[in-house]
Amino acid sequence: MIGGLFVYNHKGEVLISRIYRDDVNRNAVDAFRVNVIHARQQIRSPVTNMARTSFFHVKRGNVWVCAVSRQNVNAAMVFEFLNRFADTMQSYFGKLNEENVKNNFVLIYELLDEILDFGYPQNTDPGVLKTFITQQGVRTAAPVPVTKEEQSQITSQVTGQIGWRREGIKYRRNELFLDVIEYVNLLMSQQGQVLSAHVAGKVAMKSYLSGMPECKFGINDKITIEGKNRAGADDPNKASRAAVAIDDCQFHQCVKLNKFDTEHAISFIPPDGEYELMRYRTTKDIQLPFRVIPLVRETSRNKMEVKVVLKSNFKPSLLAQKIEVRIPTPPHTSGVQLICMKGKARYRAGENAIVWKIKRMGGMKESQISAEIDLLSTGNTEKKKWNRPPVSMNFEVPFAPSGLKVRYLKVFEPKLNYSDHDVIKWVRYIGRSGLYETRC
Amino acid sequence: MTDSKYFTTTKKGEIFELKTELNSDKKEKKREAVKKVIASMTVGKDVSALFPDVVNCMQTDNLELKKLVYLYLMNYAKSQPDLAIMAVNTFVKDCEDPNPLIRALAVRTMGCIRVEKITEYLCEPLRKCMKDQDPYVRKTAAVCVAKLHDMNPTLVEEQGFVELLNDLLSDAIPMVVANAVAALSEINEQRSLIEVNSQMVNKLLTALNECTEWGQVFILDALAGYAPRDEREAQNICERISPRLAHANAAVVLSTVKVLMKLIEQLPNDSDFITQLTRKLAPPMVTLLSAEPEIQYVALRNINLIVQKRPDILKQEMKVFFVKYNDPIYVKMEKLDIMIRLAQQSNIAQVLSELKEYATEVDVDFVRKSVRAIGRCAIKVEQSSERCVQTLLELIQTKVNYVVQEAVVVIKDIFRKYPNRYESIISTLCENLDTLDEPEARASMIWIIGEYAERIDNADELLESFLDGFHDENTQVQLQLLTAVVKLFLKRPQDTQQLVQKVLSLATQDSDNPDLRDRGYIYWRLLSADPAAAKQVVLAEKPLISEETDLLEPSLLDQLVCHIGTLASVYHKPPNSFIDTARQPLRQINNSASNHTAAAAADILGSASVSSAPQPAVIPAQDNLIADLLSLDIAAPTPGVSAGMSAAPMPTTGGDFDDLLGGIGGGMGGGADLSGLGGIGGGIGGGLAGFEDGNQAAAGNAGIGLSDWFGGSSAQTQGVQLPRQVWLDAAANMGLQLEGTVVRRNGMITLDMTITNKAMQAMSGFAVQFNKNSFGLLPAEPLQVNAPLFPGQTINVSLPCNTDGPVQRMDPLTNLQS
Repeated sequence: MIGGLFVYNHKGEVLISRIYRDDVNRNAVDAFRVNVIHARQQIRSPVTNMARTSFFHVKRGNVWVCAVSRQNVNAAMVFEFLNRFADTMQSYFGKLNEENVKNNFVLIYELLDEILDFGYPQNTDPGVLKTFITQQGVRTAAPVPVTKEEQSQITSQVTGQIGWRREGIKYRRNELFLDVIEYVNLLMSQQGQVLSAHVAGKVAMKSYLSGMPECKFGINDKITIEGKNRAGADDPNKASRAAVAIDDCQFHQCVKLNKFDTEHAISFIPPDGEYELMRYRTTKDIQLPFRVIPLVRETSRNKMEVKVVLKSNFKPSLLAQKIEVRIPTPPHTSGVQLICMKGKARYRAGENAIVWKIKRMGGMKESQISAEIDLLSTGNTEKKKWNRPPVSMNFEVPFAPSGLKVRYLKVFEPKLNYSDHDVIKWVRYIGRSGLYETRC
Repeated sequence: MTDSKYFTTTKKGEIFELKTELNSDKKEKKREAVKKVIASMTVGKDVSALFPDVVNCMQTDNLELKKLVYLYLMNYAKSQPDLAIMAVNTFVKDCEDPNPLIRALAVRTMGCIRVEKITEYLCEPLRKCMKDQDPYVRKTAAVCVAKLHDMNPTLVEEQGFVELLNDLLSDAIPMVVANAVAALSEINEQRSLIEVNSQMVNKLLTALNECTEWGQVFILDALAGYAPRDEREAQNICERISPRLAHANAAVVLSTVKVLMKLIEQLPNDSDFITQLTRKLAPPMVTLLSAEPEIQYVALRNINLIVQKRPDILKQEMKVFFVKYNDPIYVKMEKLDIMIRLAQQSNIAQVLSELKEYATEVDVDFVRKSVRAIGRCAIKVEQSSERCVQTLLELIQTKVNYVVQEAVVVIKDIFRKYPNRYESIISTLCENLDTLDEPEARASMIWIIGEYAERIDNADELLESFLDGFHDENTQVQLQLLTAVVKLFLKRPQDTQQLVQKVLSLATQDSDNPDLRDRGYIYWRLLSADPAAAKQVVLAEKPLISEETDLLEPSLLDQLVCHIGTLASVYHKPPNSFIDTARQPLRQINNSASNHTAAAAADILGSASVSSAPQPAVIPAQDNLIADLLSLDIAAPTPGVSAGMSAAPMPTTGGDFDDLLGGIGGGMGGGADLSGLGGIGGGIGGGLAGFEDGNQAAAGNAGIGLSDWFGGSSAQTQGVQLPRQVWLDAAANMGLQLEGTVVRRNGMITLDMTITNKAMQAMSGFAVQFNKNSFGLLPAEPLQVNAPLFPGQTINVSLPCNTDGPVQRMDPLTNLQS
């Protein structure tokens, strides 16, 4: 199991150090600093083994979080834990940086004591932790602040079956916000052939519901829809066109996985507030919102011409936003002349790229940019090093490129007197660019 | 509210100031002071002097303050065992507190204080807490048993805590079950006390659905160690755990994959159930590739194993392993590996065009690997070889040095796979002869020239050009050169006689390398005795190289599949090759001594036990004392020893260490005898011939074993004989068990060893080899084991040693400390 956990700043100074096991001693701290943080060459692995001790690290902002073990630990668990630990800290004090870690070190020690016992991860849900580890020590400052019932409520929640929700939550207005957020990832060859494309989607929820409601969530998943069709008398053609084939999905721990496995129903008791209900991945029939067509010509030894055509490919009534096309330029660029039909374009020497921004763009439109790049005539070698990185782009569109639709979201709370109809529900679809690249 | 101010005090006399503040009457001031102490502790300052003052703050009803004091206690209790006792009462009292949070906190902290006297007091409260009515206390107590076991295994067994843990497996609260199973698994790792049975598995499977994500990982990992009675049970477990594949936590997913992969083995090979199950496995693994890069890396390393074990699972998923421009380099390298494994005729076109793209990237290692991958595609998929060779030629034209070298190496392999097909490109290769400066590339090129000497008109000139710098070449190149020239001679005897004479004399007369010399002599005799036979031998048709040269060995692969998700699967090494399996009470001392041999980083690790925690002021047992002395050169000497050192004169002859320890021996034992230093930390690695036929892993273990045993067994004074210790364990060393000790007999250091054959076959040809060590320790005579050692037989041998061998110089390790 995890033998120790350290947090460093970017210089390699220790901000937090907590040792859980005797087999790890304090000088492991130095070993990691010397061999990883101060290492001259690029880091070749997130796991390093030195003197039979393994160091796992993740970097967040300018802070290194490192776990140490001298056993054959579950590596996936250690990394999941490190990420979760970082998330928990963020949910307590915002951005994870040196300043904030120093400002909250007492709190962090308290957290570390709670979420890791002898190197075994315990309950790491920030929502639950916040019920008894408070930032100001407010709850614990007064001599006997907590009543007996409250105490046992805390402990039963930490260990309980529904560790993510406490009882007795009340809202005047029961509301649910549901965002379907999809990241479209694309790798397209120069010739316009799709090398790989997938959508990584997530369903993010904000729930403000009273009591212990049970929710049921339905989407136009191919398996469910087709299963229904076989039973009912619907037109199979129509339905399957509207259905989406999900390659794989993962759920928040509140979802009853067994029920999903047998009945394909997504049923859960939601945590209070914000959380990520599910993640999914699709690869078939993705509606790619944009097509980028780059044309690069080296006209002479020290001149290049780049033309990029951008085509939007969705319903004309919809508007895409925050469009940004990034065209890489060689490092020895001396000057760039730009002409674009729409939006604004600028050459950013520091980033070795031309950045073309368009605020809004409707569906089924086309726009174009052309650039003339002057190159310094340097030796041959440097030119070779430029390996033409792909043209990448960012955007946001108001639909789900995978075709996923929310069919229903029902809320049942048998003990309190509100029904599904009383809950106000908001649904929103957002399609964003993940890695959206076209080689040139 | 900003805590960072606590980090900033750097004044002198700080400790004194803190002391006053800690003893202040004002609660607020006290708390501030404790925070400052913790901050100093964090940055590595030694604040152990404040121990009594901090412990005094323990009696408080402020939970935050209490937690801080506990944190301090955990860090420093070991260095102040007598004072730590002061805290016991508070602990015991807190274990009875009405607030379950405090009860749990007390028992949790108490378990972390590794002081024997406190451990005694821990048993009763712990027993109570394990039966506490509050689940939070019970789950904490479960882990505490593992802590206790780590300190004192016999106590845990005697006090019946294992049975209590076993009872917790039936607890109604899943999290208690999960922690209990985690603790039990850890205890079982060292000594199997409780067998996982089907009843237990049922309980675990029930708890699985309802516990936290981490609990699910513990349970799944424990299930991986269970062998179902029959097919039906295996299938049942598979069905019950496979829903976990949809969990958002990658560790849960991978542990589920591990259990499934293991259980699949138990099911009949062709059943529909397996097909269904394997179909379920692919999507979640692909999904892991969109997680954080570190998790992607772990997933990829594991996918690499799974692809080797069951290639069909992911054969359709080639595209997801295409490298993204922004992937970290470690993800890129792994993806490339898997791409090659998945390459087959149907997708080769795509793979090749990707690889070609990668070969123009910036990162040198990645480019090299890509070039190599192209070659491997050619070997793996015959239909694509033409295109691969074409691609490689194009890459050679780029004249980028490392690309060319890498291409030459793989082209050699392609020649070996498809002889007489692509020789037309040799001329292009020869053009780049001058740019090759890496041994492997040079050796490959020389091999090509020798192999196709009859088609290269100026082969003799080319080879001759290499001969001038023969002695500066790497052995690999020298060997290749020798063989190539002999081949050339056999093919064109008329004009190359001189050349072959020259290379043979270079190899046999001027070289110190036995391999090279032997090969030279063999060729020489072959050529002079019977040129026809030489032709048959040297120019014999070579077997074609196989497609997959880099697959893991099947037995290792099977072992690693059982460790999916763990470090072993990330390193692709069996666990005992990177962790200490022997966790004896002496462990710590062993560690500090064995670190002599380890790299600089290791020394930093090892020395801390001494520097941060001075040894308790008790007179230790003989071997302990000497072990303590051994850590001398790592950290500052403890007072008692330095007296001994100054009493003895320091002679100037011999190795530094001899003198040092001789002096200590004098001061300590009263005699001038050199306390048998047994090559402390010298790392007499390797070479008992008994396991020479073993695989690398076994040899590795032997080295490890040997460096470890120096810790405990290294020295003793005359007349006292240390009990024999197990140096090499039969289980880890192919049945060869070696026990031994070091004695001083007739003024000579002697290794007394007992060799036991626990393997199935007789062993013979024993030999011992000492690595160059800091004491110049060498065997004075060869190891005398005449008769073969039959299975089950035991033999005693003693090996006198001299200390006049080559000395491995070591800088004083204290220099490393900053």
